[in-house]
Amino acid sequence: MLKTWRFHGGLHLPAHKHLSAHRPIVNAELPNQLVYPLQQRPGVQLNPTVATGESVLRGQIIADSDHFLATPIHAASSGTVKAIEDRIIPHPSGLSDQCIIIDTDGRDEALASEPIADYRLEPASSLRSKIRQAGIVGLGGAAFPTSIKLNPGPQRHIDTLILNGAECEPYITCDNVLMQAEPDAIVQGALILMHALQVGNGIIAVEDHMTEAFEALSVAIEQTRDLRLTAVKIPALYPTGGEKQLIRVVTGKETPSGGIPADVGVICQNVGTAAAVYNAICRGLPLTERVVTVTGQGVKQQQNMRARIGTPISNLINQCGGYQDSVERLIMGGPMMGFALPEDDIPIVKATNCILAAADSEVAGSKETRPCIRCGDCAKACPVDLLPQQLYWYSRAGNLEKCKEFSLFDCIECGCCEVVCPSQIPLVQYYRSAKSKTIAKAKEAEKAAIAKRRHDFLLERKAREQAERAERSRRKKEALAKLKAAETATEGAE
Amino acid sequence: MILIICMTFAIFGVILGFSAIYFRVEGDPIVDKIEAILPQTQCGQCSFPGCRPYAEAIAAGDADINQCPPGGQDGVEALADLLGVEAKPLNAEFGEEKPKSVAVIIEDLCIGCTKCIQACPVDAILGSAKMMHTVIADECTGCELCVDPCPVDCIVMEPIPEDLNNWQWPEPEKKYA
Amino acid sequence: MKFSTVMSPHLQPVNSVDRVMLQVLLALIPGIAAMTWFFGIGVLINIALAVVVALLAEASILGLRGRPIGSTLKDLSAVVTAVLLSISLPVIAPWWITVVGSLFAIVIAKHLYGGLGYNPFNPAMAGYVLLLVSFPMQMTAWLAPIELGSVALSEIDLLKLIFLEQLPDNVNFDAVTMATPLDSVRTQLGLGRSVPEIKTDSVFGLLAGKGWEWVAGGYLLGGLWLMWRKIIGWQIPVGLLLGLGLFASICYAIDSNQFALPSFHLVAGATMLGAFFIATDPVTAATSVNGRIIYGLLIGSLVYIIRVWGGYPDAMAFAVLLGNLTAPAIDYFTRPRVFGQKA
Repeated sequence: MLKTWRFHGGLHLPAHKHLSAHRPIVNAELPNQLVYPLQQRPGVQLNPTVATGESVLRGQIIADSDHFLATPIHAASSGTVKAIEDRIIPHPSGLSDQCIIIDTDGRDEALASEPIADYRLEPASSLRSKIRQAGIVGLGGAAFPTSIKLNPGPQRHIDTLILNGAECEPYITCDNVLMQAEPDAIVQGALILMHALQVGNGIIAVEDHMTEAFEALSVAIEQTRDLRLTAVKIPALYPTGGEKQLIRVVTGKETPSGGIPADVGVICQNVGTAAAVYNAICRGLPLTERVVTVTGQGVKQQQNMRARIGTPISNLINQCGGYQDSVERLIMGGPMMGFALPEDDIPIVKATNCILAAADSEVAGSKETRPCIRCGDCAKACPVDLLPQQLYWYSRAGNLEKCKEFSLFDCIECGCCEVVCPSQIPLVQYYRSAKSKTIAKAKEAEKAAIAKRRHDFLLERKAREQAERAERSRRKKEALAKLKAAETATEGAE
Repeated sequence: MILIICMTFAIFGVILGFSAIYFRVEGDPIVDKIEAILPQTQCGQCSFPGCRPYAEAIAAGDADINQCPPGGQDGVEALADLLGVEAKPLNAEFGEEKPKSVAVIIEDLCIGCTKCIQACPVDAILGSAKMMHTVIADECTGCELCVDPCPVDCIVMEPIPEDLNNWQWPEPEKKYA
Repeated sequence: MKFSTVMSPHLQPVNSVDRVMLQVLLALIPGIAAMTWFFGIGVLINIALAVVVALLAEASILGLRGRPIGSTLKDLSAVVTAVLLSISLPVIAPWWITVVGSLFAIVIAKHLYGGLGYNPFNPAMAGYVLLLVSFPMQMTAWLAPIELGSVALSEIDLLKLIFLEQLPDNVNFDAVTMATPLDSVRTQLGLGRSVPEIKTDSVFGLLAGKGWEWVAGGYLLGGLWLMWRKIIGWQIPVGLLLGLGLFASICYAIDSNQFALPSFHLVAGATMLGAFFIATDPVTAATSVNGRIIYGLLIGSLVYIIRVWGGYPDAMAFAVLLGNLTAPAIDYFTRPRVFGQKA
């Protein structure tokens, strides 16, 4: 058993994992329509590589971009592109944005796959490009491109790969069941990642209650006879699955504020991502499906489903027997950090780990907010050791400078402070709003600086033009004067 | 006794006098600070020909702080804060705060007269004589200076819609907490 | 199907102000019970009167400020203030003492600063100090514990005493009142007696005065329960008792004739009530973990200093108010290091 460290704060939350933890993974049906939002991350817009009416095959790239944080999207089944139009996308804003809509044809024909025979013979760069082409992003929820994480640059020395199997949010069990069902794919994926990073130390971390998953992984590791890889149990404490928290727990290292894990020599990947890497490299399959937990008291049958990316949520809910009458809220992600969706005709995306159809008894209703009584419980619960109460005062007053001084941007929005707040103040919403405002303000300042530069340039140009005009007319006058002088001279000579 | 008081005052006077010389700040940073708060739309609604002249006028005491509609009430408050004066409502004489907009040229109507190009303070309109003009939306500050010069009224101001790139998390409803 | 969009976290909150206040009230029961046992029902009359006045005052001020009345009264913070104030008063304090104290605590010390959460000073202690400096005679007339009293007063007599300020014809005031142990030590030391001599007086029990030590025990019990329920942290009570105990030990070690035993100071007067219920008021205390220890130590030391060298026999109220003053500064200098940042 490896030694583990702890981080400040954190909460023991009611897990609600029994609802779905011990059920086999069900293969979701092929839906009639698949929907793919083109905005992948904030500011990263993909361009469609297919046109309306074009027919596509499973595994075919349908959108990509040159942006360095972009990864391609693949069609998850064969069919025709019905339209490229605005649809409501899975995003906390509830806004619509451009999506590719594919009508499936039911034949599910796939593009020929191109597996790599032996990844150990491949250089890291070719593995990275294969992983990028397979559209692999972090499947833990953040959807950061895996190929970028695998390329930390020569100035950073990486010594450890951590696979994150600590599914710390309540309700979610998709990683847990995946580790039980496909431990070999995860372990092989880990070895591929270690090869691509050239590291000699791999750790798969699971929470201590995931006994079956831990056993399955241990057996799979033993079979590889590779001593560089170990599975480790860590105490279940929310938010231990947060990247920086997990690195702290497993290695004792603290990722610097504003830095990335690679700064302390660690790369962290979700276990599902490792399985996807295995599928991409050894089986030649791009990322077109993932395991999604469909749970909550608001749905009839809670279960984990292997669903095609792009499948509308309503489709999955129907296969789970539909909603209970008590359903109150539809959440993408977990109850701590997930966001509520305005409707269920919204597709799942690569980052979707959980669909939580919550009954009214499971979620906070309209809270009776009281004044802050400065009890300090928020500070005790904060895993980043911030002073949530100070941040509350400053964000509420719109004092963005002070927010920054009190490290607002180190806040991971885990929600611990808000859950323990006896005054039931919507703290996280205050912080998010203050972050948004700070970012918007910086953008505006940047725009103002550009406008000022352009205006100054215009003034300068006008001044120069005027000077040139003046110069020209002066010269013309001089020339004229000379000419006249010459004329008078010749006249005089005549 | 009186002598002592007079001496004390004299000493303090000397200290003040010296610090005024030693701690003198070169240039006029207050103008730069004021200008940094102004939105740089260069729209001239404040009655000055651009943001820099307005900043200079405020610094010189020739203009009030509430004459910049694009900066809005937030801008007035930031200026009040900087200058240590009482904030006041935006002066409606100089215009009202409007949602952020960009100029859009209705291309079918444009006759290519280049008047708007000459009016634009940030060179955000492209085109040449007798050719259709177009606005570089990203560079447009929404100053509206191009609207009036257009002889065929083909320039309209369109508010910037909320999309994924400018969406902000809403602020919680403030109760009595 | 359409759904409402609410922002995360979606999990139900685990705590509420109402619950915190209710548990503080429950935790006060053992101490109040002991007080009633040893000093009669006067304390219950004071509590009832103070609570009614405080609720009425809170309701009218909320009305004036245009705030919701019903839901705010439900937070029980006014009740907690009223109870803390009334159990600090002498049990035979005339009714107007209780009324003036409650009004001052709620209207001036709490609402004029913005109401719950915004008051810089502990309202109950502000009320107490106002009464102590304005009406020292009424505020120091403590009833003798029942087992020591030369005259037993019936319930009717007590009511008459509190509301009409009338004693039964055959009883004079000095016969029912008695100096508190702290007061007694102070006076007797002033008369040149040594601490071991004073301790033989009838007013002293095992540790700190007959009756009084049991009341302190009741508050200690309630306080420990609050700690176990995680309503209060250990930092302030431990800091306070440590500060007081350390100071008292040092002085006792220097001269055991002039300075009372540390155990006496820890149990006497308002020490336990103050350590667990008054200094722990979160609104007016320091908030960081280290800050709270410092805050507790500071109040504990101040209590000792004022008790021994100051003008009053007990000092909890003054010490807490002085501690309140320093809370923002303590918080400023005890900011924790943010994860991933350099110290």
